[in-house]
Amino acid sequence: MAELRENLARLQAACDNPRTQLDYYLKQGKKVVGCFAPYTPEELVHASGMIPMGLWGGQTEFQKVTAYLPAFACPIMQANMEFALNGVYEGLSAVIIPAICDTLRCMTQNWRFGVPSIPMVPIVYPQNRTSPASVDYLISEFETVLTILSTVTGQMMNEKALCRTIEIYNEHNAAMREFAQIANDHLDVVTPKVRHTVFKSAFFFEKEEHTAIVKEITAALKEQPVHNWTGKKIILTGIAFEPDEVLDILAEYELAVVGDDLAHESRQYRTDTPVTGGGGLKRLALQWNARKGCSLIHELDKPRGKMLARMCQDTGAQGVLTGLMKFCDPEEYDLPFLENDLRQAGVHCTTVSIDQQSSSVEQLRTRIQSFAELI
Amino acid sequence: MSEPVVNPGTEQTAPPPKPKRPKPKSMLMIGEQTAALFENARLAKERGEKVGWSASIFPQEIAETLGLNVLYPENHAAGIAARHQADPFLQECEGALGYSNDLCAYAKLNLAYAAVLNDESEIELPDGGKMVKPDFLLLTNNICNQLTKWYENLARQMNIPVFFIDTCYNPSDYVTETRVRYVRAQIDQLIKDLCAFTGKTWDEERFKEVMKISQRNSYLWERANGLLDHKPAPIGGFELFNYMSAMVCNRGKTSTTAIMEQLNAEMEENIRLGKSTFPVEEEFRVSWDGIACWPYLSHNLRTLKKYGINMVASSYGKAWAIEYDDLDGMARAYCFASTNGDNATTMIGRRLEALKRFDCEGTIYHVNRSCKVMDCQMMEVQRQLSEQAGVPFTSFDGDQADYRNYSEAQFETRIQGLVEVMKQNKEAKSNG
Repeated sequence: MAELRENLARLQAACDNPRTQLDYYLKQGKKVVGCFAPYTPEELVHASGMIPMGLWGGQTEFQKVTAYLPAFACPIMQANMEFALNGVYEGLSAVIIPAICDTLRCMTQNWRFGVPSIPMVPIVYPQNRTSPASVDYLISEFETVLTILSTVTGQMMNEKALCRTIEIYNEHNAAMREFAQIANDHLDVVTPKVRHTVFKSAFFFEKEEHTAIVKEITAALKEQPVHNWTGKKIILTGIAFEPDEVLDILAEYELAVVGDDLAHESRQYRTDTPVTGGGGLKRLALQWNARKGCSLIHELDKPRGKMLARMCQDTGAQGVLTGLMKFCDPEEYDLPFLENDLRQAGVHCTTVSIDQQSSSVEQLRTRIQSFAELI
Repeated sequence: MSEPVVNPGTEQTAPPPKPKRPKPKSMLMIGEQTAALFENARLAKERGEKVGWSASIFPQEIAETLGLNVLYPENHAAGIAARHQADPFLQECEGALGYSNDLCAYAKLNLAYAAVLNDESEIELPDGGKMVKPDFLLLTNNICNQLTKWYENLARQMNIPVFFIDTCYNPSDYVTETRVRYVRAQIDQLIKDLCAFTGKTWDEERFKEVMKISQRNSYLWERANGLLDHKPAPIGGFELFNYMSAMVCNRGKTSTTAIMEQLNAEMEENIRLGKSTFPVEEEFRVSWDGIACWPYLSHNLRTLKKYGINMVASSYGKAWAIEYDDLDGMARAYCFASTNGDNATTMIGRRLEALKRFDCEGTIYHVNRSCKVMDCQMMEVQRQLSEQAGVPFTSFDGDQADYRNYSEAQFETRIQGLVEVMKQNKEAKSNG
């Protein structure tokens, strides 16, 4: 139990102060590349011998960013830009920005001119994934990323390194999925906040290191008797569910998170890279084409509602809570269908607005309380 | 922002309305062409043929070659907004349909309209449903990513297929060859799939013919835009917005060639006579950045007219001047058509060229609440462009279709501010 607490505390410390993690790696002489939300080819950074670190916003006051983005821009992007303009990210060798939504298209350009001290590497993922040509196109995007990365960092990868990286990432995916599953037997220990910490911390550690810590946590949980959770169980969906204060409200109303479809959390880990089927870059492209149920990736039939209803069945969850990231248009388009499909499947659902800044958290309390009573 | 309040006490003494200027022939032709577009779609539907809805910068030449009837939701939504008929659609979309008010107002209007066609809503259609229910959708994302989501939703709502060309954002200053290959492969597949779905046959000769017409139309459209470089400009720049439907919806048609030739002739005639349709003396020449603020077009115009400001360059309308001469060229051209799909360097380069060519003295930026892809890099573009061109700018909050996102007072104040700076610059210039 002591080891479990220590491991969880270590992950919490990294989430509370990612800058310390960055400095720790820099002191070791390692190069770190910032990876913008929601998807970047982290594997290319890792295979080049560098450390990918996630940039998913955070709590800050929006001041300098107002010279770049309007108030109705995605709060994650506003926070990333504010941090960058304040020098919080100094030390990063580069950032990778996926132009996956309209705001992110613009972020590639805002960064390019606003933060000249940290080179920007753009990537444009294909959206017409039923087209066989999307694979070759994405491989060429990966190659462009690699070329720019090697130019600005001086570090290159080889095929052997990439294949090993893919194994490491698949192992990490599996470790995260296993944690999520085992956690549901220990909802007394794995509170919504603890669960979130385990997922979020993945963006601040070397992958192998994080896998090892998560495996230890899972093993420690397995050693404990199964806890009989008497509160309610829910699934979270959305881009991210933060800050911690919102998760504390869930705990307050005895709502346990038994699964998630958050871009920040499980969406990252539910699709492995195929172990066969070509070179590393091709297999990474095939992984992209196999991703399902994400608002940021074009897919017909709007499958998220049905997917979430199945997740409720599988986990025994009584409801779905959507954390709608403020001004996130891809999620806003999904929401009406998602809610209708859930209701038709007899699953309770409620939406709360998320903007990462703690000032608005108390406004969510009433909605969460009503949701808790409803289910 | 509400419409100006009429004071009942002044009604009887108000001067009689000024007689309206007769519409030029080219405008009458546009009216006929638009009516024919909707009527042909209705008749096709009656005959049991499949009718499509299309994104506005989809390669229209494909549908034209196949002889398909296609309608344009963005263009249609702009029309509804301009006629001040948007409110019930916006209310329905944000109410019963459950969409966020943060979304693009064109999408909101159209999703609500589609709900009526799909028997999910009972709001009255002010145009009697002339935007007939589609059997398929034609999608490109060169304008924005919201279109992709909007069309995903339409497809699910009406259970119809989407034929999609992913044109990819260009972070580079050019369209990479790998993008051209990807887009070209999608075009080839789309033509096959569309033929299979509609039962039509691809005729290469017909395509070449349509491409030729489309190129001629693009040339004439570009030329008409270019004629605004005369001083004074032969027409009020806002008038060109009226002709956009010809380029958006009918780019591959000979009827557009006739309209564009007529428009060019009318503009040349004005130049020859030293006349302009701009109703007051052209004191200042400006460029307009962003989509028209359709719900308040007349207020925009009135305010600009008050100061003698003619909008002679627009970044928007020229997106439909698409030039190419084969399918590879088409792939490249549609990736590079809209500056929304291009990086800031390309965007700034195109605007700088326009500011110089049209001798603009200022720029007006429409901070269009519907359009994050335009707004989220606008500030950086403003800074760089103003510095490079030495031209002042102002911006105002508005929306392409949501009348709630505009303040007449703000627009007037901002324009007044811009005029003061332009006046000072003018005086400084004349004083050497």
